[in-house]
Amino acid sequence: MSFDLENLVSDLDIRGAVLYYKGNVDSDTITKALDLVERKLLATREAPRLRKKVYNVLVESLQNLYHHSDRVPRGYHAAKPDRFGLVVMEKIGRGYRVTTCNFVAAVRVKELEEKLTRINRSTPEEIKELYKDILNHQEITEKGLGGLGLLDIARKTGHRIDFRFKKFDNLNTAFRLSAVVAPV
Amino acid sequence: MEPIIIEGTPKTPSIKFDLKEGVFEIKGRSIPENSVEFYKPLNEWLDQYMQVPLDKTVVNIRLEYFNTSSSKCILDVFKRLEAIHRSKHDVEINWFYEEDDEDMLEAGEDYDSIIKVPFKMIEIVE
Repeated sequence: MSFDLENLVSDLDIRGAVLYYKGNVDSDTITKALDLVERKLLATREAPRLRKKVYNVLVESLQNLYHHSDRVPRGYHAAKPDRFGLVVMEKIGRGYRVTTCNFVAAVRVKELEEKLTRINRSTPEEIKELYKDILNHQEITEKGLGGLGLLDIARKTGHRIDFRFKKFDNLNTAFRLSAVVAPV
Repeated sequence: MEPIIIEGTPKTPSIKFDLKEGVFEIKGRSIPENSVEFYKPLNEWLDQYMQVPLDKTVVNIRLEYFNTSSSKCILDVFKRLEAIHRSKHDVEINWFYEEDDEDMLEAGEDYDSIIKVPFKMIEIVE
């Protein structure tokens, strides 16, 4: 069987997911996904604080896909080669898990892995200081600010970010990122 | 100086900086994919305003959500306000946050620790 990004989320409850999407991630897709999730969260009468955290984490996760997905590899079936990704948002216990998958160029894997490992090893206070340092001292590019989105997810969830890589070929790697928003 | 007024959308905040009315406000959601483009007119407006500011500028920030790319653009707005403050004009930033929204309160505290302008945290109690 040929590789599909869905292979990376075979352990997740896609059928029961609050949100599941695989395809091109453009601005309109993000707007629609956020609107759908917001309506669902309001319907379930989640506490405003949890609702806001989940919404924030979903915004950063979707915009990470938008800004940082690399082109899909040749040989992978996708309607459009750029900004292709997968997102799953599930209710787990009394909280929510947001998972995204996308392709990254193999040359970026080491840097991304180091960045995430550093975040996961940091205390909440260190993450806060790192966030402020990047916010204050780095220049913004069209892709955003170096890793601020990941730091924000770590800050909002207070949990380590789960991530894994799966080599597609010598040039491309599939990447999965999961963050859990627990009730507060 | 003409005011800058931008209507809000589901992803971008309403902006009203009006000298005549003495209103300086950013309100709503700020989660666009390209924040730099969105905030450019406001920062350009502030570049002009900095030349001849009012004796006192009170800016109200009433954001429900903002993404990380907006956070840098908002900081750029605050850095211009800081420059006005440094030029011996009164500047005050009112940072509104909803009751129990500790993330928004913390975000305001982040800015307060970076920007040397009087910051007031105001809790909105429903």
